[in-house]
Amino acid sequence: MSSETGVETAAGARHRATGRRMSTGRAGDKIFVSAARGSGILVLAIMAAIAIFLVWKAVPALQDNDANFLTSEDWNPNATPPKFGIAQLAFGTVVSSLLALIIATPVAIGIALFIAFYSPRRLASPLGYVVDLLAAVPSIVYGLWGLLLLAGNMEGVSKFLNTVLGWIPLFGGDSPGRNSIFTASVVLAIMILPIISSLSREVFVQVPRANVEAALALGATRWETIRMAVLPYGRSGMIGASMLGLGRAMGETIAVAMVLTFVPGINVHILEDGGSTFAANIAKSFGEASTTGRGALIASGLVLFVITLIVNMAARAVVARRKEFV
Amino acid sequence: MTSPTLTKKQTSLSSVSFGRKAKDRTVQALVYLAFLLALIPLVSVLWTVVKNGAGRFDGVFFGHSMNGVAGKDAGGGAYHAILGTLEQVLITTAIAVPIAVLTAVYLVEYGAGGRLARVISFFVDVMTGIPSIVAGLFVLALWLLALGFSFSGFAGALALTILMIPTVVRATEEMLKLVPNDLREASYALGVPRWRTICFVVLPTALPGIITGIMLAVARVMGETAPLLLTIFVTKAINTNPFAEPQASLPTFIWDQAADPNQNSIDRAWAGALVLILIIMLLNLAARFVARRFKATGR
Amino acid sequence: MAKRIEVSGLHAYYGGVHAIEDISMTVEPRSVTAFIGPSGCGKSTFLRTLNRMHEVIPGARVQGKVMLDDEDLYASSVDPVAVRRVVGMVFQRPNPFPTMSIYDNVAAGLKLNGVRRKSRLDEIVEESLQGANLWNEVKDRLTKPGAGLSGGQQQRLCIARAIAVQPQVLLMDEPCSALDPISTLAIEDLIAKLKSQYTIVIVTHNMQQAARVSDRTAFFNIAGTGQPGRLIEIDDTSKIFTNPEQKATEDYITGRFG
Repeated sequence: MSSETGVETAAGARHRATGRRMSTGRAGDKIFVSAARGSGILVLAIMAAIAIFLVWKAVPALQDNDANFLTSEDWNPNATPPKFGIAQLAFGTVVSSLLALIIATPVAIGIALFIAFYSPRRLASPLGYVVDLLAAVPSIVYGLWGLLLLAGNMEGVSKFLNTVLGWIPLFGGDSPGRNSIFTASVVLAIMILPIISSLSREVFVQVPRANVEAALALGATRWETIRMAVLPYGRSGMIGASMLGLGRAMGETIAVAMVLTFVPGINVHILEDGGSTFAANIAKSFGEASTTGRGALIASGLVLFVITLIVNMAARAVVARRKEFV
Repeated sequence: MTSPTLTKKQTSLSSVSFGRKAKDRTVQALVYLAFLLALIPLVSVLWTVVKNGAGRFDGVFFGHSMNGVAGKDAGGGAYHAILGTLEQVLITTAIAVPIAVLTAVYLVEYGAGGRLARVISFFVDVMTGIPSIVAGLFVLALWLLALGFSFSGFAGALALTILMIPTVVRATEEMLKLVPNDLREASYALGVPRWRTICFVVLPTALPGIITGIMLAVARVMGETAPLLLTIFVTKAINTNPFAEPQASLPTFIWDQAADPNQNSIDRAWAGALVLILIIMLLNLAARFVARRFKATGR
Repeated sequence: MAKRIEVSGLHAYYGGVHAIEDISMTVEPRSVTAFIGPSGCGKSTFLRTLNRMHEVIPGARVQGKVMLDDEDLYASSVDPVAVRRVVGMVFQRPNPFPTMSIYDNVAAGLKLNGVRRKSRLDEIVEESLQGANLWNEVKDRLTKPGAGLSGGQQQRLCIARAIAVQPQVLLMDEPCSALDPISTLAIEDLIAKLKSQYTIVIVTHNMQQAARVSDRTAFFNIAGTGQPGRLIEIDDTSKIFTNPEQKATEDYITGRFG
């Protein structure tokens, strides 16, 4: 708060300084400020261009489409006439990323609490670094690991879940496999773990010491202190963090593409092989896509772009609201 | 029921109620467990990559391309891919860093609080969330389909640029904000123009931090696969020219090799993953080293 | 319900820094004891050792004995959480929980101790707010956030929160230093009222305040920068302010230093 106003007043002072110098006609200043402002505007232009060009190149394919783009489960844009729709992709994307979120959030918040309140203080920053290492591993490596190691181990887990929870449609089906949406969700959960945990940790560290001491002085145990003074304070921060994680999971391509085996059609039994997501489908179908095929992929990418945009903006809004509150 | 509990507790300092203590301990155990749970995939990933990648981590792998090598053949290597990755990342850095640093300079030094700066800052946040595959699709739509250029390393670099810009902007912004205002004012007081103050006082002060940010951003884009699939395409041969013809890269090399069920291909995929992880971890370590030195001199 | 505190040979450290040295004193029940002294003399640190809040700072530790009637707060069988339940604390800056309503702030400690029945909670919340002279001002907006109150009201809310769990000792760490004179007066009136039930220890920077509210006064001092704080003397407030034993005390209260 105070630092922000500090920056503003300082900026005001600097503005006056520039004003004077610019008026004396210093070419250097003019060129430099133009370059800086131009770069900023370029960023805006890139964002606009992304939207414009995706729409432009998607429209012809959509016009040729012989199926309903939103409800069809087929993906045959190379056929004549082309038939493609995003129903299956949307289902796979939403289910896999929500499941990943459900798996990752409690663990990530646990990690954040561990580092912020339970670990020895001297170890806090190295331990944080260890968790951040999870974020440094590239998605292609997670894909390779997920495909060649995790998927094999997931078979037993899937069979177990199928036996115990088979009465829930999501965990139902006759043939739980290894290359399922469930396996993809576990890989995604691992990948979004560090982002949720490091953002939550940032919020926890900002909890005013006075609040924590107030709870301790009332005779609260460590957990009660966290529940009373830390979690309510950090709630919107944690929600924002998980939503950013959700956005990340929805856009993740390669790891999902490697783990999933493509089987056409929506299958609500997420323990069975099959399923696809927007991003994975693009990576997998691009190689043999015709002109219409590429347009169709761009169209599906546009939908993904819009969804992740909404999720990310909502997440930022939640985080920003917390800042006002404090 | 409640009144006696209150008075009873007043007489004993030895412990809080069993239920509360049990809950406290349970949460403690869960929190430790969460951390251990996160270590499992980390250790497993690193161990598997090292174990499986070591087999082909040899001279042939670094000295040869996949030209004329079929999936079932032994031998072959990632020379073409490593070369491609280095060229692409170099071009990406050369384009993204000036734009990103200048944008950050605008946000912190010129625009602070203004409307344009707020809009730019908002869209930098939005850009951070763009899925990498969408960046690839954009370059495909603009560079390849609309402008008619062919697949090339440069097209890949353009896609990576979009992913790199927001990370570097944020890192640079943070560092510029850390530069004490006294320093700027001292420079103005000497009659140094604003742009020279920024170039020769502010940026050098923030430089180690900015370099750390750039290195982390490079490490991040280096592992990106999805946008490259759509922009550099695939080739088994060495292509030293990033501006024409498909080029290979380490991530797409791994993707390509992993798609082939032959064990020799799988081994090459693991070796590629090992090389990639080593480069990325080295960059991360180096970035932390630079950051730490910055802190030490800052005090 | 008030208890006597007897401290003997108490040292406190922050990491390698020796913060207070060899303090022994007795704090009488149902009275107000004021701690005065220059900044950095360790009076707040000493206060925090009386409910084991000192040790929540990383690297901080304590040596010595603090007897609460016949129990040693630092005995190995004692749980610091239980100690803080019996020895309440009010801080320098009012610190109501920002996410909780006025009602929930007062009820926070009770809920920890398993009081769940609504009628019982209502009763104690009203009693505590009455006790803190705040009831009339907030009774119509108990569900509003505590952070919306004025500074003085917030501090009385914190006092209500502390007395709601019926502690035996109430520690106050410069409770008025962030308040305006009128709020300060309200808190001082409250202290006078509370001392019939509690053992009260108050750290203050303001010597007039010590003279106004306390029965006994302890003067702390440091020999120099980096030296540990020490107890110079403790006596009846009237004696300290008119005829102290030690020269340093006299110098301090007559404003010759500090």
